[in-house]
Amino acid sequence: MPALPLDEAGKYVAGAYVVFLALIVVYVAIMAAKLQRIERELHELAGFAETRASRDQATPGRGNQAAASSASRPGAASEGGA
Amino acid sequence: MHGNGLKPLSIATVAALVVSLSLVFFYAPLDADQGFIQKIFYLHVPLSIVALAGFVIGAVFAILHLRSGDGRWDARSYVSIHISVIFGVAVLITGSIWAKASWGHWWVWDEPTLVSFLIVFLMYATYYPFRYAIEDRERQARYASVFAIAAGAFVPLNFIAVRLAESLVHPRVFATTSGGLPGSMMLTFLAGLLAIGLLWVTLVKFELTAKSASGQLKRLRRALDAPAPGGASRVAPEVS
Repeated sequence: MPALPLDEAGKYVAGAYVVFLALIVVYVAIMAAKLQRIERELHELAGFAETRASRDQATPGRGNQAAASSASRPGAASEGGA
Repeated sequence: MHGNGLKPLSIATVAALVVSLSLVFFYAPLDADQGFIQKIFYLHVPLSIVALAGFVIGAVFAILHLRSGDGRWDARSYVSIHISVIFGVAVLITGSIWAKASWGHWWVWDEPTLVSFLIVFLMYATYYPFRYAIEDRERQARYASVFAIAAGAFVPLNFIAVRLAESLVHPRVFATTSGGLPGSMMLTFLAGLLAIGLLWVTLVKFELTAKSASGQLKRLRRALDAPAPGGASRVAPEVS
């Protein structure tokens, strides 16, 4: 004779599986929100880069200055690493 | 690079989970002693095995980090531990539900299996404050790796100690001289173990991909000299 009748045991079994599913869903939702933020920031950066490129084209010579200021910034050389 | 193969892996994981659940509810026989409540076994035990294995894998990655000094191993160690802690939460909750249904108590303090898992879980819960307490990224990664190795070595020792201890109520169904799982139950259990293992690998890969994207975005922002976004990032490891 099983410890619990099926109707009562069913609630516990359902509870255990639902908790597991809920944990995974919450985790995936958090990760999805993170990825959305990354996508939004990427759009912002693309817009920023386009604006700067068009500004540099409008005022010749600025592009070289911007590149020089970026290269002379501390830590710029080591960014390719980690 | 971490995103390579994520889609087929995710599909394989979902398929394995569906097959596993089908086997649990439509193939595996009802346990003669516990009846339907024993179905929790096919979720609870694979989760605990995968969580503990994940902690050990995190330790192996930490060793590779200390040997090579490559930050990517630190990120892998961090993510392995992170996903294993989430699985650990699921182990504790599903175990408590099973204990309540089977023994009439949510928790039994004099049961070595339960208490030892709780100790391991709490030990890894301290990994986050320990890690985030150090601001310097390099020191943080190094200290976190040392922690992961020490804690990872504790996991198998703890497991052996529990197997040697005399169990009061928690059953031992593997490697016993008699009373092991019958074939159909073992098959269902192995399918569950494979599905949960695949889920762990998929989630680790998913999080590493997100971290890699985030890291590259920061590099791009620095290279473009763009203003930082509103939310400042924490000190979690980045993957480039």
